[in-house]
Amino acid sequence: MEKIPILKMGRFLLVSIQVDMHDRLAMTLQEDLTDRIVKENARGVLIDISSMEIVDSFIGRMLGSIASMSRMLNAETVVVGMQPAVAITMVELGLSLSGVRTALDVEKGMEILHRFRQPGEEETDIDDQA
Amino acid sequence: MTRHEKIEVRSSDDVVKVRQRVRALAVEAGFSLVDQTKIITAASELARNTVNYGGGGHAIVSLVKSNGRTGLRLVFEDRGPGITDIELAMQDGYSTGAGLGLGLSGSRRLMHEFEIDSAPGQGTKVTVTRWR
Repeated sequence: MEKIPILKMGRFLLVSIQVDMHDRLAMTLQEDLTDRIVKENARGVLIDISSMEIVDSFIGRMLGSIASMSRMLNAETVVVGMQPAVAITMVELGLSLSGVRTALDVEKGMEILHRFRQPGEEETDIDDQA
Repeated sequence: MTRHEKIEVRSSDDVVKVRQRVRALAVEAGFSLVDQTKIITAASELARNTVNYGGGGHAIVSLVKSNGRTGLRLVFEDRGPGITDIELAMQDGYSTGAGLGLGLSGSRRLMHEFEIDSAPGQGTKVTVTRWR
């Protein structure tokens, strides 16, 4: 069966959506990601959508669900690389992706995930409190 | 009318096929990237409605010309249960299914012209056009 690869990097999971996703594939990704978060004890999920030419209401809902589910499993989600034309279209469609953290590119997305790392897990963050 | 294509819309794979064909025609018609994105997104929403609510049907994608303007027209037609209350169905956030209820209202915002023809037991026909 067709699947979208999920890569593991430290405590983070990385997904780059490179295909024109049909609805079943989106549902499979959602299930695979939640499984992997638990299995790998992941702290963050980064989803790169820079290759996606559209985000319609179904994909938008999937991104929102992934963010909510990961949060419940103690992982943060950042969606990166949205094309400007996609952002313009989504707003007009009526999708705001509220509850989904975004960043312009993979690098900035990783910075956000590092900031959300649990205190004491690796080196401590500046704003950690004793 | 220069181009005209009919596409079966029965599964989520067909929704992808509709998006790809619509994209090809939108590029051919010379739409900007933002316009292409809007048209493909509307096509995706309406094709999914045809599959999920209409029980499948077909799409007709055509390049149209009027008063020297070029447009892309999409027609989605199914023989499903039809819509009882069109006004209600057109409201943001209203859905009889599990969706977000943005398909009809959202695609109306993304296109220049929007027409819906439906009655209970008569199926649904949605026609949308965007001009360049």
